[in-house]
Amino acid sequence: MSTSTDVIEQLATTDYKYGFVTDIEQDIAPKGLNEDIVRLISSKKHEPEWLLEWRLRAFRTWLRMEEPAWQNVQYDRVDYQAISYYAAPKEKKKLNSMDEVDPEIRATFDKLGIPLIEQQMLAGVAVDAVFDSVSVATTFRSKLAELGIIFCSFSEAVKDHPELVRQYLGSVVPHTDNFFAALNSAIFSDGSFVFVPKGVTCPMELSTYFRINAKETGQFERTLIICEDGASVSYLEGCTAPKRDENQLHAAVVELVALDRATIKYSTVQNWYPGDKHGVGGIYNFVTKRGHCRGVASKITWTQVETGSAVTWKYPSCILQGDDSVGEFYSVAVTNNRQQADTGTKMIHLGRNTRSTIVSKGISAGQGQNTYRGAVKIGKHATNARNYSQCDSLLIGDRCGAHTFPYLEIKNTSAKVEHEASTSKVGEDQIFYCEQRGISKEDAISMIVSGFCKEVFRELPMEFAVEAQKLLGISLEGSVG
Amino acid sequence: MSLLSIHDLHVTAEGKHILKGVSLDIQPGEVHAIMGPNGSGKSTLARALSGHPGYAVTSGRVLFNGEDLLDMDPDERARKGVFMAFQYPVEIPGVNNAYFLKAALNAVRKERGLDDLDAIDFMAVVKEKARLLEMDDSMLQRSVNEGFSGGEKKRNEIFHMAVLEPTLGILDETDSGLDIDALRIVSHGVNTLRREDRSFIVVTHYQRLLNYIVPDFVHVLSEGCVVRSGGCELALELEEKGYGWIEAGEARA
Repeated sequence: MSTSTDVIEQLATTDYKYGFVTDIEQDIAPKGLNEDIVRLISSKKHEPEWLLEWRLRAFRTWLRMEEPAWQNVQYDRVDYQAISYYAAPKEKKKLNSMDEVDPEIRATFDKLGIPLIEQQMLAGVAVDAVFDSVSVATTFRSKLAELGIIFCSFSEAVKDHPELVRQYLGSVVPHTDNFFAALNSAIFSDGSFVFVPKGVTCPMELSTYFRINAKETGQFERTLIICEDGASVSYLEGCTAPKRDENQLHAAVVELVALDRATIKYSTVQNWYPGDKHGVGGIYNFVTKRGHCRGVASKITWTQVETGSAVTWKYPSCILQGDDSVGEFYSVAVTNNRQQADTGTKMIHLGRNTRSTIVSKGISAGQGQNTYRGAVKIGKHATNARNYSQCDSLLIGDRCGAHTFPYLEIKNTSAKVEHEASTSKVGEDQIFYCEQRGISKEDAISMIVSGFCKEVFRELPMEFAVEAQKLLGISLEGSVG
Repeated sequence: MSLLSIHDLHVTAEGKHILKGVSLDIQPGEVHAIMGPNGSGKSTLARALSGHPGYAVTSGRVLFNGEDLLDMDPDERARKGVFMAFQYPVEIPGVNNAYFLKAALNAVRKERGLDDLDAIDFMAVVKEKARLLEMDDSMLQRSVNEGFSGGEKKRNEIFHMAVLEPTLGILDETDSGLDIDALRIVSHGVNTLRREDRSFIVVTHYQRLLNYIVPDFVHVLSEGCVVRSGGCELALELEEKGYGWIEAGEARA
């Protein structure tokens, strides 16, 4: 008699499909972290003095901080002195067109199925491709520039728009915020920068693909997105990583700033190497993502589909400062085999009539552990604030776990806060029902899980939603026989 | 050749020996009613034939169109033309009923060597069958069985059967929990599907359903064995005398 547990066991056997290593010349800093490394990174990137000072302040803060241990995950602590903090493809002359991009790099993107040039144009997506730490290609920039939109790598922004970077960098996530944010602030390598000026609606989805490649090199991106009054943008982030045995640390910081009536939609599909089925290898994904609804009636939406990484620890959050501002968080997190995820959001209501929505869908299979951790804070001046939270967990098999930690802190009596939670199992009966209609077991699980995630997928841009569904299928492959 | 030939079937569920040597032969176009008191193994027979993982066949043989049915996975059985209308249809939240049915139909069509139906052709098929079961469009767009009343769920089962056009339809106590109107609609649906190359196994506790779906043969199960077989008059006799009559008769024999 086959049970759904057997079914799930078998699903866990599929190898990670994106495990390959690209052989290109790398410029790697010596292992270890000290002020000299921070200076090296800064000088490699020809940064201005103020930024070096900012990095050093962060570094000194980091030295005094303790790595957090309150999250519901277990992993071997990172040896920060065993990591190399900078890797860049060897510096080459300025590239005038995509044809000049290293063919090896382009081959890697092809393997990942990332359509970099024509396909992107057809799809209307501009891609700022981050290969390891340095941006190698940026498309569509001139088209965007006509509208006054800046979309470039973080390093370029530091060079070309230092006043904007200086004004906003660290204004949402200060370097003192947490251990990993401080680390990132000290040694961030590169990332993306978006600026949408007053009244401009960005005409296309902006998209960045990150790919961790260099061996034993942590990757520390820094992303900063600013929308001025009445501006709006939709930003897509997606990634895959090659197979590795060493744990690779990823500690990014993403800051979003929305001014009056601005709208920022930030969507992520994360598919980093999760480790093998015994939990060996895999990426540590310790990310700080925060949006600041600084202006009135501004809106920030986080949508994430997290299927990868060995350990995920992230809480894309919104500070709702402007009156009538809106924060949204839609999340699907999948843990299979030995994966662990502790993820959720914080909605901090400061302004009047601020509203937030949280929809979290956690899926656990194999021996995966999935934790939702969310905080809703209503400040004392946040009159008529409203929050709706919904946390659903889906279990596949009987060796996985789902945990929910919702925190509420309400200091204004006019607040309305609702929280709903459910836990369900993909039942043998559901699978059998689908099979009895002629649908294969694998398709049945994929269908049931997609149905469970529907409310989140609906929030993703169309082409991303399709990709996300596929990814979900791949991630749960082998949990079905 | 028989459509379905069951020979000396033994089935256990949750460690209990439930079917103890059932044999049955069904020709194309025939409707066979399986009756019997609670716990006699009626539903076990239906579920074992459809390949439910909770029901283990310990011995016996089942040929479907000459092929070994027990050797097939449940989805393969379904694609080969075995359909079971569930006694308790399962809810699948977030999965649109029409979308689900399209995936099922295209899986079945693939087995039959037919191309996938596109959305437009599919909707044409579905609309026609939905009328047969007096289902309104909202039932197509809602999640599979989610929030359906008992009667709606049973109608939806027969609707699925109408769309998938199996060669063997197994109705597992489809009449249980149905009011008279729903019973009429469901029966009408099944009767419309009756064809010379399509057979049915109708599992029911009550004779009532057989007033609407008139079987060619009635088999009475008791304690995992067929104790009596006959024409549809057997059902009437049961209705009159109750199952005690069969069981007592068996004890005497």
